[in-house]
Amino acid sequence: MSQELTRPLPRTWWLKKASYFLFMIRELTSLAVFAYALLLILALWTAGADASFSTFLNSPVSVWLHVVVLALALFHTGTWIALTPKVMVLWRDDERVEPDLIAGVTAILFLMVTGGVLWLTLA
Amino acid sequence: MSDQTVLEVHRYLPDEDAEPRFQSYEVTYKEKWVVLDAMNHIKAEIDPTLSFRWSCRMGICGSCGMMVNGEPKLTCETFIRDYHPDTIKVEPLTHFPVVRDLVINMEDFMEKLPSVSPWLIPAEDEPLEDGEHQQTPAQVAQYQRFSMCINCMLCYSACPVYGLDSKFTGPAALALAQRYNLDSRDDGHGHRADAVTAHEGIWESTYVGECTQVCPKGVDPAGAIQMLKLSYALDWAKSLVMPRGGRT
Repeated sequence: MSQELTRPLPRTWWLKKASYFLFMIRELTSLAVFAYALLLILALWTAGADASFSTFLNSPVSVWLHVVVLALALFHTGTWIALTPKVMVLWRDDERVEPDLIAGVTAILFLMVTGGVLWLTLA
Repeated sequence: MSDQTVLEVHRYLPDEDAEPRFQSYEVTYKEKWVVLDAMNHIKAEIDPTLSFRWSCRMGICGSCGMMVNGEPKLTCETFIRDYHPDTIKVEPLTHFPVVRDLVINMEDFMEKLPSVSPWLIPAEDEPLEDGEHQQTPAQVAQYQRFSMCINCMLCYSACPVYGLDSKFTGPAALALAQRYNLDSRDDGHGHRADAVTAHEGIWESTYVGECTQVCPKGVDPAGAIQMLKLSYALDWAKSLVMPRGGRT
């Protein structure tokens, strides 16, 4: 039998297409969310016991870190909201409920819960 | 505007070539031509040694899938005018072994397709004299979009998960599993569980989503896989809460 040609995927496959690149960014933002969760746990762990950590939290570096992590976390959240109508397929009689409506309602719920948590913590 | 179209075509003749190469063909630009028309013109008039698959020429048979400028496309519905005056690069579908020129070996896909039992598995056999299994439009609507697959394999070619690990059951086969799971006449959800939830099944998918983007029939395999994940995860949760109950 003749030799078949195999074409393994190069390591740089995710740089070849914008959608692949965005997928990689989405996956990497989950690491940022995970790292920030660890930071929060550490902050709670050392609350009141170690002054150097709270000094670090108040530093400009920390503020910038929070801004970057917030942006990454918002992007990550957006991808989950966009996924909702794919998983949650709802029907109104014989008509499928518009995917954008499901994503929109999910986004509004997310904003309301976030607002509620902010109000509770900042009040 | 140039009245010529240049197609740069992937060539691989295993008996002659150690490595693949690209060969340029120049054809007269025709606004109404699709890429497949140009390929057939090359085969008939310029170079009869060129090999590629095609059959129906109208987006039904799923035979003429190729990479057109890096995107998996059915060449019978990819118009040359959308690329003109640029050169059009035609390659075999990625992630599959190449037998010759643009012809891929689809054996792996053909083995995966039946692995998810893509047929009706009724709860109990009903005698023929009972007549048709009727469905309401709402029941048909539940699965219809997942039933439009023409096995063209563009989704496998777009899926980097399959490209990295060919053991992955893949988008079309899993979408077909969900098509039957959603059918009111079917009771095979439990029967399909082993194949669908195997390591190389739904959990291998990382939801890149490109399978849905390239599907010429609007099947949305990425959505089907996410629905399968939720459905079988709920089954697992139910089995924890009610070890003796739930779906079998």
